[in-house]
Amino acid sequence: MAIWLNKDSKVIVQGMTGSTGMKHTKLMLGDGTNVVGGVNPRKAGQTVDFDGTEVPVFGSVKEAIDKTGANVSVIFVPEKFTKDAVVEAIDAEIPLAVVITEGIAVHDSASFWAYAGKKGNKTRIIGPNCPGIITPGQSNVGIIPGDITKPGRIGLVSKSGTLTYQMMYELRDIGFSTAVGIGGDPIIGSTHIDALAAFQDDPETELIVMIGEIGGDAEERAAAFIKENVTKPVVGYVAGFTAPEGKTMGHAGAIVSGSSGTAQAKKEALEAAGVKVGKTPTETAKLAREILGG
Amino acid sequence: MDLFEYQARDLFAKHDVPVLAGEVIDTPEAAREITERLGGKSVVKAQVKVGGRGKAGGVKLAASADEAVARATDILGMDIKGHTVHKVMIAETAPEILEEYYVSFLLDRANRTFLSIASVEGGMEIEEVAATRPEAVAKTPIDPIDGVDEAKAREIVAAAKFPAEVADKVANVLVKLWDTFIKEDALLVEVNPLAKVASGEVIALDGKVSLDDNAEFRHPDFEELHDKAAANPLEAAAKEKNLNYVKLDGEVGIIGNGAGLVMSTLDVVAYAGEKHGGVKPANFLDIGGGASAQVMANGLEIILGDPDVKSVFVNVFGGITACDEVANGIVQALKLLEDRGEKVEKPLVVRLDGNNAELGRQILTDANHPLVQRVDTMDGAADKAAELAAAK
Repeated sequence: MAIWLNKDSKVIVQGMTGSTGMKHTKLMLGDGTNVVGGVNPRKAGQTVDFDGTEVPVFGSVKEAIDKTGANVSVIFVPEKFTKDAVVEAIDAEIPLAVVITEGIAVHDSASFWAYAGKKGNKTRIIGPNCPGIITPGQSNVGIIPGDITKPGRIGLVSKSGTLTYQMMYELRDIGFSTAVGIGGDPIIGSTHIDALAAFQDDPETELIVMIGEIGGDAEERAAAFIKENVTKPVVGYVAGFTAPEGKTMGHAGAIVSGSSGTAQAKKEALEAAGVKVGKTPTETAKLAREILGG
Repeated sequence: MDLFEYQARDLFAKHDVPVLAGEVIDTPEAAREITERLGGKSVVKAQVKVGGRGKAGGVKLAASADEAVARATDILGMDIKGHTVHKVMIAETAPEILEEYYVSFLLDRANRTFLSIASVEGGMEIEEVAATRPEAVAKTPIDPIDGVDEAKAREIVAAAKFPAEVADKVANVLVKLWDTFIKEDALLVEVNPLAKVASGEVIALDGKVSLDDNAEFRHPDFEELHDKAAANPLEAAAKEKNLNYVKLDGEVGIIGNGAGLVMSTLDVVAYAGEKHGGVKPANFLDIGGGASAQVMANGLEIILGDPDVKSVFVNVFGGITACDEVANGIVQALKLLEDRGEKVEKPLVVRLDGNNAELGRQILTDANHPLVQRVDTMDGAADKAAELAAAK
């Protein structure tokens, strides 16, 4: 099962012919991802060779879908052009668009998110500024290293890329159904809540690990959702307890202002919803292990 | 990026939001000529990015050019809540104020859209009004694509119950303010107070603007708005090298890859520090993915140059980044600094995990640098780094 991505997913890459796109398309293919095409209007009709796998380049997302039946697009185009790329994916009604690009202006994210809504939310958006999504052993879309872990029973949703990797590594012997990095920007597509709901409905997922960080109120909302809707055990981790107020810590969204949005407030909200929250990534992994072992 | 009041004023003026005349200066004598031009009187306003400057004595009326120079002399160099005043704005004195309102546009993270906040009870902290009299604050969601046209502006005016005689003028200000918000890629544009003056006009008397640093690619002029005077010298040096660095007040220097992992590293070091005399992280530094030896050298140079740093913790999880490259980076960085004649005396604790971790660890072992210690778990390495910092 897994969520949102499986072995039948047909993936196209917007920005495949750029250097980042080339590098990661090769890695995704290496992990067994069914990459069926790239999109670049200036190189339409060409093919790109990735170690013997010929991947065709199409002029538009629409054309790529028509010719290949693609149902996932991963977006690597530079930040100046990302909004247009996402709008194109939405117009083509691709079911899943994964936006890896970082450094996108908030007005652009707000605009494509509003556009997706006007078009009836036919496209699920993950990101921007995220590592992507992996269903180990089936498909890997984005930049998550495919060899950290194996298929298993844990579902993972995280705002942070490297913490996703760290947690997958800590629990690599148990393995993951799906791990999804939703990104740490102020405006993102899929949220913790979307992933929690999907994991709750996924029979292969037995436990959910949720990683948050300072800023905004996404974790508090997720806590309220868990209380009402999630019966599976959830283990949480929040980064940024020692982050000073008013300073941006790398992620555009990770900034504490006033009392709301602090790591402490998020931890308390999660614990009140019955989520076990670890003090460090290692302790969080230990909590997950205890629940699954028992 | 939060702007100073005078920068906000200039942006408002550029987009036809009504404001009073004003110019910024950094020497008292310059107040004379501006005050004379303004008709012989002015308001001297401290430019600091913190609230409550009026109460702190940072805003003074001057009835003559001499007095303006005297007030500017008083205020320049003043400390307001830890912020030193480097600049003052010499502004036109406001005509008689009859009423004070509040209007703003901002990002609404929770609802993934934009929001307008408006109140006829401006002048004070809007948070306080919202907390004590929520019915006096009108919040209106704004669609990022549809924006604010005259009809939307009138909806906001009606929701906030602005008096009929100023409705047209406030609606006009809202449309112009939205222009500012959109065209400048702002995260916040706030006018408080928006004053109704004796002539019947409404004027933005004070404002706050915060701009989106990610939008700098379409605003080359943002560069000039950066407050170079206030930046910590280490932060300024890091910015020049494109490093994502924030100075903190502890003793353990931190280098890691990925914002989330580095934030987590700060926490883990602070916890470990509780057992070692309360030592804390000295900085946030994210070297990002695929960091080269050069980037590692740049990062180490900044951190070793911080006199507060007693030990350094390099915490890397190799995702796409290979740990052998990181290890080579550390070894080369130390050599680079030593070749440059810089004496490196601070101990480094290095934790490498993930992609090619074994190779990376072997490189460090083989290099056998007297200052570098390998600890292979994140919690263990944090403990060691804190212990070393406490022992210094």
